[in-house]
Amino acid sequence: MTIQQVSEILNAEVLTTADKLDTVVDSACGADLMSDVLAFSAGHALLLTGLINLQAIRTAEMMDMRAVVFVRGKKPTQDIIDLANDRDVILMTTKHNLYAACGLLYINGLH
Amino acid sequence: MKLSYTVLEGEYARAGEASSAVKKVLKQLGVPAPVIRKIAIAMYEAEINMVIHANGGVVDVDILPDKVFIQLTDTGPGIPDIEMAKREGFSTASDEARDLGFGAGMGIPNMIRNSDFFNIKSEVGKGTTVEIAVNL
Ligand SMILES: Nc1ncnc2c1ncn2[C@@H]1O[C@H](COP(=O)(O)OP(=O)(O)O)[C@@H](O)[C@H]1O
Ligand SMILES: [Mg+2]
Repeated sequence: MTIQQVSEILNAEVLTTADKLDTVVDSACGADLMSDVLAFSAGHALLLTGLINLQAIRTAEMMDMRAVVFVRGKKPTQDIIDLANDRDVILMTTKHNLYAACGLLYINGLH
Repeated sequence: MKLSYTVLEGEYARAGEASSAVKKVLKQLGVPAPVIRKIAIAMYEAEINMVIHANGGVVDVDILPDKVFIQLTDTGPGIPDIEMAKREGFSTASDEARDLGFGAGMGIPNMIRNSDFFNIKSEVGKGTTVEIAVNL
């Protein structure tokens, strides 16, 4: 699934520079605890989280993830968007909550 | 190659910058991505701990032909019971640390899991030194 398709399924708004949306992601993880992500998500390319701060972007960076989806319609501040742009992490925000967002991607084939 | 970073006290937003800088250098040196990831995870957890449990500190990184050695030294409150601190789930983290997405007592276990050598020395009232080595 491409990141473009992820954004369409989640009806998400892309917040970073809108290039590389054709990047393919083949697995995802949903978590608010960054230590959980650091422990269990090696190899996943997409992080869905309700944690809206710089550490969410840094965690994605450490894990070589391609994109982060902020859930529940939360909008990050500009410094968070800037860091994501700088680290080549695509950032988007969806109105769905974490449970629903993960479920929508799952039933559409992202496991 | 030797690198050194200062981790600032109370700078919750900037915690992780040193780990990010080291990751960039290792990438430039052509270290394989899975190895970089191990180093990044272990160092990031240790760097976060310096900010949320101590008052910042110094990180020294030595990149050798066969391994990367990282030493993180702080002069914070120290750890009274290291065996306890190593246990998954043990945490004395503040609400502020939890708001960051950390403080679930998984940091030290994550460091151990991702390193080929791990050592933590601590003295209450004096500070803590964490040593991490990952083979290249
Ligand atoms: N640099 C440090 N200075 C003082 N105490 C520390 C330090 N690092 C870890 N600790 C202690 O060890 C515990 C476990 O650390 P960790 O496994 O990273 O979990 P967490 O950071 O989620 O609490 C911490 O809650 C804290 O009590
Ligand atoms: Mg920790």
